[in-house]
Amino acid sequence: MTPIVHSPHAHAATSVSQVMATVMLALTPATLFGFWLYGWPAINLWVVSLAVAVLAEAATLKIMARPVRGALFDGSALLTAWLLALSLPPWAPWWLAALGSLFAIVIAKQVFGGLGQNLFNPAMAARVMLLISFPLEMTTWLAPMPITSAAAPGYLQGLAITFAGVTPADAVSSATLLGHVKTDLGRGFGLDQILAGIWQPLDMLWGQRGGSLGETSAVLLLAGGLILIARRVITWHIPLAMLAGVALPALLAHLIAPGHTPGLAYHLLSGGLILGAFFIATDPVSSPNSTGGQLLFGFACGLLTWIIRTWGGYPEGVAFAVMLMNAANPVIDRYFKPRIYGRDRKGAALVPAKEGAK
Amino acid sequence: MKLFKFRGGVHPEGRKDLSAEPPIRSLPLPERLFVPMQQHIGAAAKHQVAVGDHVKKGQLLAAGVGMVSAPVHAPTSGRVIAIGDFPAPHPSGLPVATLTIESDGDDAWLESEPPADPFALSPEEIATRVGAAGIVGLGGAAFPSAVKLNLSRRSEIRTLIMNGGECEPYLTCDDRLMRERAREIVEGIRLIRHATGARVALVGIEDNKPEAIAAMTAAAVGSEVKVVAVPAMYPMGSEKQLIQVLTGQEVPAGGRAADIGVLVHNVGTAYAVQQALCHARPLVSRIVTVSGAAIVAPGNLEVPIGALAADLVHACGGFRETPERLVLGGPMMGTQVTGLQIPIVKGSSGVLALTRKEVEANQPGPCIRCSTCVRACPMGLLPLEMAARIRAGDPAGAVDWGLKDCIACGSCSYVCPSHIPLVHYFNHAKGDLAARERLKMKNEATKKLADERNERMARVVREREEAARQRAARKAAAELANAAAKKAAEKEEVAA
Repeated sequence: MTPIVHSPHAHAATSVSQVMATVMLALTPATLFGFWLYGWPAINLWVVSLAVAVLAEAATLKIMARPVRGALFDGSALLTAWLLALSLPPWAPWWLAALGSLFAIVIAKQVFGGLGQNLFNPAMAARVMLLISFPLEMTTWLAPMPITSAAAPGYLQGLAITFAGVTPADAVSSATLLGHVKTDLGRGFGLDQILAGIWQPLDMLWGQRGGSLGETSAVLLLAGGLILIARRVITWHIPLAMLAGVALPALLAHLIAPGHTPGLAYHLLSGGLILGAFFIATDPVSSPNSTGGQLLFGFACGLLTWIIRTWGGYPEGVAFAVMLMNAANPVIDRYFKPRIYGRDRKGAALVPAKEGAK
Repeated sequence: MKLFKFRGGVHPEGRKDLSAEPPIRSLPLPERLFVPMQQHIGAAAKHQVAVGDHVKKGQLLAAGVGMVSAPVHAPTSGRVIAIGDFPAPHPSGLPVATLTIESDGDDAWLESEPPADPFALSPEEIATRVGAAGIVGLGGAAFPSAVKLNLSRRSEIRTLIMNGGECEPYLTCDDRLMRERAREIVEGIRLIRHATGARVALVGIEDNKPEAIAAMTAAAVGSEVKVVAVPAMYPMGSEKQLIQVLTGQEVPAGGRAADIGVLVHNVGTAYAVQQALCHARPLVSRIVTVSGAAIVAPGNLEVPIGALAADLVHACGGFRETPERLVLGGPMMGTQVTGLQIPIVKGSSGVLALTRKEVEANQPGPCIRCSTCVRACPMGLLPLEMAARIRAGDPAGAVDWGLKDCIACGSCSYVCPSHIPLVHYFNHAKGDLAARERLKMKNEATKKLADERNERMARVVREREEAARQRAARKAAAELANAAAKKAAEKEEVAA
């Protein structure tokens, strides 16, 4: 018989590893699509990310003399690495993924105190670190080359691409849509001119486009997000607010200056917005606790993303936006709390209503 | 009728089917009954019998002491064989003052005449009789019912709410009672309504108990009692939440239901009130659910107060397997006990023997701030923030986050994916704060006494010095007078 414990003496059949597993399950369709779209090098990159993350987690726990087994198998390190891999250019060299995973786990997570203690989303912290440190490798994009196509690299060739940096001659490098539009707008071209021929909304929706490993298929990511909402791992507040945070200013700006600012669908479907809204910004550790706070957080993430895309130095801003809002999270949590039963919003006890007032 | 919603809440697995179907059985009369003097919130009752006395069933064993207390009556006829300490139905298992009665097997009532028409009694008289019958809240809190009735008379009660929610998983004692004794319950409700002057009496029953709702609705036809089906959602049976669902009003923080004109009693209490007023029978037995997957034949028993939990388990066929955990009350708010040699008291609603699988115990992990607990909390609190402060040794900080509004319903602990024992933290901190409060009061009292003593000592010294000064002054004055007199005498001598 176990020692005396306090009620409740029953528990919902849930655990942290189950939550993590659900998120990974929800990521699977978009990930498999990314594998198909970019072939063996993408698979290699994903494997390296996950393997290094698990090794880093085990080593750090060991060094800190913390129990390794439980923490290692809660799935949190795998999920972090998975999200990082999805945000990398698919044919990136192995060391980029390894370095990113190492940074995410050791610096962004364990140095802050391990699971639940990190101020910033570890995957995004790692991505931003890589983007600043290795701008070339982090922005070398590739036109889709499905694994089933004749031109796609075979398994051995894939290994060479990931581990030896040998890029085959027939691979077509291509800027992402966001990057392309940003550059050409900067050169003074009109939007119609820039988008003519390359803006294919349907391809954007399904994911037939250049971009990070797992960010391209809006439809599959959306399906994964809906799984998370249905399984109650996340609520709709952050994703919807974040999409609104991008959509509203985009709509407004497009109405004011249609020739110079891209519209709603462009902003919603490009870059890593859908991935960020459903899988990154919703990271429980670094997002607010109350629904009000979550709405503010999500909207601000979206707004910052749009601002960075429009005026910032980088074509994409999801990672920066989320990290900026991560930093604001403790303040949001301080000011946004649910109303307590029997108290008003300010925390004062309610005054009983008089008979006549009822 | 329009129903309102309460915030948060959880849907624990009900497991009521284990015990809900068999009718209530009487527990075979045990040879010995162990009747604690403290079965209620408030002061322990003081015994009025001696070892060796023969008592009748329903005879007064111990009288209530002070404002908040309740008397205790003999649960069967027999001889008082011991007055001493016996393990209490409490996790600590610490002994409390207990009367042991050896049954004579007759189970003979002390005859007393019920009033001809209990509805002709004045509200004061009803409250007095309810108090004399030793009735306490049978939902589990065990607050003396008469005190509640008297308190409520001072505020204007418009709505009487009868709690038939029974939202705790496993427990079906109220369910069975409502199915089988609806007429008596409704009569009891009408008596309580009469005593409080409430305009309406609403009976809230969770919609997972259709038979109970049907029986109660049928029994309430033509009376001012209205049966309302409320959604099955934990903690619907919590007073604050049930009030909110039925009236849309919230009990002000730190206040009582009476502040908003509402009084809440349990349906089991209504039955006890009916028995006391219509049959002059004090509270000497109650319905107890015996359940859990480790029990061979779960069900509900009518149990004399003071029967051992072991007797109940035995009457339900014993254990199917070694239970992982024994619980008194429901799984969400009940208390764990380490053995079954403990008596059933007025507030005992269930004896549960849970298996390892049912308990779903797990090692607590780190908080991932998923805020599932925030969504589950029916009080609008942030359990994760309160727990973080308590872990950091700052219970006062937890109070700033609403610790005192916590009703310890266990919803947060139940849903936590990291299996953090949140309610354990909260109750620990509440106890810690209460202890600090007591220590502070004690220190203040000590300080006051010390200050008074210093003051007194200083006064004594002051007075002593004053007296010495006066003595010295008197002496000086006398010497002066002496000297003057001597001088005068010398002068006279010279003159002569």
